[in-house]
Amino acid sequence: MRAVRLSVVTAAATAAALTAVTGCTEKSDAKAEDGAITVVAKDDSCEVSKTQFPAGHVTLAVENRGSKVTEVYVLYPDDRIVTERENIGPGTKATITAEIKAGAYAIVCKPGMTGTGIRQQVELTGAGAAATKRSPEMDTAVAAYRQYVQAQADATLPKVKVFTDAVRAGDIEAAKKAYAESRIGWERTEPVAESFGDIDPKVDVREDGLEEGQDPAKDWTGWHRLEKALWKDKKLGAAEKQLADTLDKDLADWVKRVGKAEITPTSMANGAKELLDEVASGKVTGEEERYSHTDLVDFKANVEGAQKSFELLKPVATKNDPKLVAELDKQFAALNTLLDTYRTDKSSYVFTSYEKVGKAERKELSDGVNALAEPLSKLAAAVVK
Amino acid sequence: MSEETQEQQSAEAAPSRRTVIGWGGAGLALGAAAAGGGALLARDGDTAVPVAESGSAVPFHGAHQAGIATAVQDRLHFAAFDVRTKDRAELIQLLKDWTRAAERMTAGAEVGDGAYGGLPEAPPDDTGEALGLKPSRLTLTIGFGPTLFDGRFGLKDKRPGALVELPKFPGDNLDPARSGGDLCVQACADDPQVAVHAIRNLARIGFGKVAVRWSQLGFGKTSSTTPDAQTPRNLFGFKDGTRNIGGTETERLAKHVWVSGKDAEGPAAWMDGGSYLVARRIRMNVETWDRTPLGEQEDIFGRDKREGAPVGKAKEHDAPFLKAMKPDSHVRLAHPDTNGGATILRRGYSFTDGTDGLGRLEAGLFFLAYQKDVRTGFIPVQTSLGRADALNEYIQHVGSALFAVPPGVRDKDDWWGRALFA
Repeated sequence: MRAVRLSVVTAAATAAALTAVTGCTEKSDAKAEDGAITVVAKDDSCEVSKTQFPAGHVTLAVENRGSKVTEVYVLYPDDRIVTERENIGPGTKATITAEIKAGAYAIVCKPGMTGTGIRQQVELTGAGAAATKRSPEMDTAVAAYRQYVQAQADATLPKVKVFTDAVRAGDIEAAKKAYAESRIGWERTEPVAESFGDIDPKVDVREDGLEEGQDPAKDWTGWHRLEKALWKDKKLGAAEKQLADTLDKDLADWVKRVGKAEITPTSMANGAKELLDEVASGKVTGEEERYSHTDLVDFKANVEGAQKSFELLKPVATKNDPKLVAELDKQFAALNTLLDTYRTDKSSYVFTSYEKVGKAERKELSDGVNALAEPLSKLAAAVVK
Repeated sequence: MSEETQEQQSAEAAPSRRTVIGWGGAGLALGAAAAGGGALLARDGDTAVPVAESGSAVPFHGAHQAGIATAVQDRLHFAAFDVRTKDRAELIQLLKDWTRAAERMTAGAEVGDGAYGGLPEAPPDDTGEALGLKPSRLTLTIGFGPTLFDGRFGLKDKRPGALVELPKFPGDNLDPARSGGDLCVQACADDPQVAVHAIRNLARIGFGKVAVRWSQLGFGKTSSTTPDAQTPRNLFGFKDGTRNIGGTETERLAKHVWVSGKDAEGPAAWMDGGSYLVARRIRMNVETWDRTPLGEQEDIFGRDKREGAPVGKAKEHDAPFLKAMKPDSHVRLAHPDTNGGATILRRGYSFTDGTDGLGRLEAGLFFLAYQKDVRTGFIPVQTSLGRADALNEYIQHVGSALFAVPPGVRDKDDWWGRALFA
């Protein structure tokens, strides 16, 4: 949770949205303009009329000739979304327009609106094409991380629903059981969620994160508010059931927006470091999960998310700083080994309650975090060198 | 040229941290400072620099480590570390990295590539809070604790006989979280920010290999290694240790402080030119002390409060007549004559870590003492004090550590502990 500090990524994303691309989708299914690129979506194909066309104001005339509802995306080489259109029913048409700069892109149809979709490479020509040229290695890393983030977000919703359903049913024990597990996907990818600025304060704020004048009874929403209801107040009333609905809604919003997050190799590397910062400032102290004491679950998830970024950036980082990569391999392994001593089964996410973790053990965990976070802070430099 | 003038010049010649970088590195700056300040700044075998002006640099290289016989600076940041790595080669590399960083910081330079001007995507090598500050006579002194010789690094055979486990002294109430450590670094400087900066940067370099076990800030030196100067006072308002070993007293240093001859044989051969350091965190109950009548306070110490003179004498440096003091007075019990001649070099500092939960000043004395052998130094003295000292009613030893302090780093190719790991 970091409610106050807006991350640099947010600013970058905002700037990008203002200057680089103005994406919009028209509500009506109006007939495509002349000169439009046609996209014929079927259940097993995605036919684009041209693979090379001029940059600038681009119109895609989409027709769904398949049997499933579909969606169509225009993606950057790193899989970031330029523009998209969802819910194009079988037999219907849609128009997508966007201001797109010169460069390489992919047009993707997603029959059934699931999976990675059917992809068609296109090239937009014109001045500035060279400027969008990037390292394919880095694009691969970013695209893979974007997929990871999306998959984590997608997988989180059903787990959250188990939790919120239990809350709505007034089943305290079941809700307690589902609580920590419902947070894992979020904790693994937190820096991306934080980059949106507004979702994190809604779903992951702690009571002390509220601002002066905010009323905990009214303004405090999200996981930790329910955590307090479950472990401290030990009651689930109408307000809590309402909060469960809000949590579902806010996280659904997160899942939808994840694809549009600005992700760069640098933000991946710094995101990994930020995940360790989260551990160092909130988890290792036991502040994050002060009522449920499930801090070690978050801890593990943060480390896993950081490790994912690192693994994806490894091919680039290894070229520039093999010593650093070796050190990070070692420290990730050491911290994971240490964390494993707090769970009986490595395939489950049941960890020792942080209440039962003594002062000396907490120091050991903190030392392990420092040992990893210090070299991790040098990963971004190794990637951009 | 008088000594004083020379020292002033050396202080003026002391470069600010940024200037040093501009000149092209620590080595150069060190040379420049030494040339400007004259021979006084160079430490040869047994003699150390006499008191230097605040701001100047104390040479890092020498037969003994700086920070022992060096005139006591105003501030302290002392840190004890646990070694986390199990890899001997990695520990050696850390000691080399630390040595290079210590060379730079004691010369007033930044660590590594400095605090700014590097890649915007990377955190700077140096933390930056000492930018623009002078070297401030920073000394960094390393020590190796008994636990380093437990077999993890193949050092069992090199554990000196003098690196004993300290016995439990009467009245000790030691907190394990403020005691012991595989390594220690004593940072002394005339500017607290410079001392803190040094420990912080060493800790940072060490993350993963070592972890800070505990650390202590100190101020208001409570002893002096310049016997001609007035002895500083402790937080009880008394002068203590007026007969401390002076940094220029070559003979006494050789006799009581530096390890040599038969003390540097066998497993202790690597200690030739080194010393042993005892660190004790002594909590002082200042509130109850402040309610103690003056006469009783003076009886407890065996000195008068105004001048610091021993009972029946006029001046602080006058030789005490022990039999005139009460049998349980501090000076009498601590004196070498009471302890078979045991003499130690003290460099303690006062500390206060704010206020404890009961509104009492969390304060005391961070006692640091160097000696050739603790078995003939600190142990007999503390045994007699712990048993009977009238001061015990007002103090309690709450932290304790012992370290073997290796000889000095000779030159740019040498490093802290090289002889130990040879």
